[in-house]
Amino acid sequence: MKFLFDSDTWQEIYGSIRKNKMRTGITIIGVLWGIFLLVVLLGATRGLENSFNKAFGSFATNSVFVWTQYTDTPFKGFQKGRRFNLNTKDVRVLKSEYANEIKVLAPRNQTRNLIVKDFKSGTFRVSGDYSFLDQIQKKKLIYGRFLNSRDISLIAKVTVISEDMYKQLFDKGVNPIGQYIKINSINFKVIGVYEPSPRINIDGDTAYIPFSTFKKVYNTANKISWMMITANKGVDIEQMEKDILLTLKNLHKVHPEDERAFGSVNLSKEIGKFLGFLTGMQFLTWFVGIATLIAGVFAIGNILLITVKERTKEIGIRRAIGATPKKIRQQIILESVFLTTVAGMMGIIFGAAVLMLIDYQWGRGVDAVLVNPTVNIPIILAAFTTLVVLGTLIGLIPAHMATVVKPIEALREE
Amino acid sequence: MIRIEKLHKSYPIGKDSLHVLKGIDLHIKEGEFVSIMGSSGSGKSTLLNIVGLLDTHDQGAYYLNGQLIQGLNEKKAAILRNKFLGFVFQSFNLISYKTALENVALPLYYKGMNRKERLIIALDYLDKVGIKDWANHLPNELSGGQKQRVAIARALVTNPKVVLADEPTGALDSTTTDSVMDLLKDINNEGMTVFVITHEEEVANQTKRIVRLKDGVIISDEPTIASKNL
Repeated sequence: MKFLFDSDTWQEIYGSIRKNKMRTGITIIGVLWGIFLLVVLLGATRGLENSFNKAFGSFATNSVFVWTQYTDTPFKGFQKGRRFNLNTKDVRVLKSEYANEIKVLAPRNQTRNLIVKDFKSGTFRVSGDYSFLDQIQKKKLIYGRFLNSRDISLIAKVTVISEDMYKQLFDKGVNPIGQYIKINSINFKVIGVYEPSPRINIDGDTAYIPFSTFKKVYNTANKISWMMITANKGVDIEQMEKDILLTLKNLHKVHPEDERAFGSVNLSKEIGKFLGFLTGMQFLTWFVGIATLIAGVFAIGNILLITVKERTKEIGIRRAIGATPKKIRQQIILESVFLTTVAGMMGIIFGAAVLMLIDYQWGRGVDAVLVNPTVNIPIILAAFTTLVVLGTLIGLIPAHMATVVKPIEALREE
Repeated sequence: MIRIEKLHKSYPIGKDSLHVLKGIDLHIKEGEFVSIMGSSGSGKSTLLNIVGLLDTHDQGAYYLNGQLIQGLNEKKAAILRNKFLGFVFQSFNLISYKTALENVALPLYYKGMNRKERLIIALDYLDKVGIKDWANHLPNELSGGQKQRVAIARALVTNPKVVLADEPTGALDSTTTDSVMDLLKDINNEGMTVFVITHEEEVANQTKRIVRLKDGVIISDEPTIASKNL
């Protein structure tokens, strides 16, 4: 190891690199490109993952949505094609039968209606909801508050509107809290304004009013449009979805095999698909990155081999004046390791710089595509170590070539 | 110093083999100034390469400084070359991107000497061959004679037992030839064993003993007039 700290060793390497500036440069770019790609791709994938997590952060991902359609199988005297509705009894039954599985069950009623504020108006979705909707779909409020249980029990005529609705219905700079807007010609007091989640946005621009108020205003009686169910931790959500649908089919006299009567979306399944895609991306990243790295390392091996061939005579001279094969080998391997190390470090630095640029350009704000694109330091260290090890191994080939030739043959070379 | 007994060497050429050295017996004592003469293909270079441990022999015995040379691996050969032998080549064989001083110091590097020490010694030897002023010049900034002087300084710097010169004047004009030969004579006068290969009579006549080779055998081995005059 002593030779590593010998200034002469480095002088020899400097001499040999200086002699082949162009080729050394191109070789370094080969490896640099490899690790650069690895860093940037890993960072970008991570950024995508982060932005995905951020988007779902406001949404309980272990949720199932259920609604009714129309039957496709005749059952118990009913013809096929029957339309029916979910109702409050269903909610009660489900809540008691699945008490252990269900964390939150939010029945919802929705319709579209004209909303008027003085001389401004627009048609928006109106949704009758319970206060615990907030637990499934976190609302980011910019003014006021969300519905609470008191609003529900008092059948209060209050509403929470979206930022866009606020902008459309109110003059700029007006505080909307406490103002009245007309929904279905009835005055509702605005108690909150929310900012819609940038990506997972099921409701769009919706005026949220208490479930109980909706029932009165639109005369829905026991009917509900659809329900959102969130499972407790550790519950097999797919099984729960199947069980709930079966229970509902039983309650509504629907054939158990009927595929069309109920519509449902399992959010975790949809997310699972996307996570699978992310895993695929990660695999591809590693594959491309490592393949490029290996190509780069081979380029270094190749260049050293050419250098060794070109320097056959010089190596012959060195051996004639007393260089042992070990010395020659050390020299060439060290050259290889040095080149890969320098290239690797430069690649990491450039990669990090590009990630910073990506973060600056696309990583800011609520609708960021790549949030916090970073690479783990242990991963980088591992990649770097691999690179140096590969550099050493690949350096062995030209080093061997340099010493396998007899010195006399090396000297004869012109 | 060098003792060779019934030395044989052949090179494979395709399926046949070319018998280059056919039983050479040669004894060179310490302090001798010997030249090997012969036309090309006579085997003189092969002989020098074997003596210089750059090549191996097939049969016979070779003693260098009393040590039997047999089945050497490259590492041992390199160490022996570094310790006992100094090489001077026809085409100088200096390393082009190193200065004269660094070229001379290189054998000391392989000997494991530290930089400061070996640069002092190298400069000393450059002074000895009379080109101290060119110490920091690259080989391509030097004339042929100067390059050969650098090469000689490099051969001497490890203080070897034998200096082996393969056509040292082959690439030089007559004036520089004489000055290089004078330098070799001086070295020999200081007690160094010098072993020269040449095909020029004038060069050979300046040595003290001429060994003539033809087709792989020694045809004559006699002292020169120069040595008788001494």
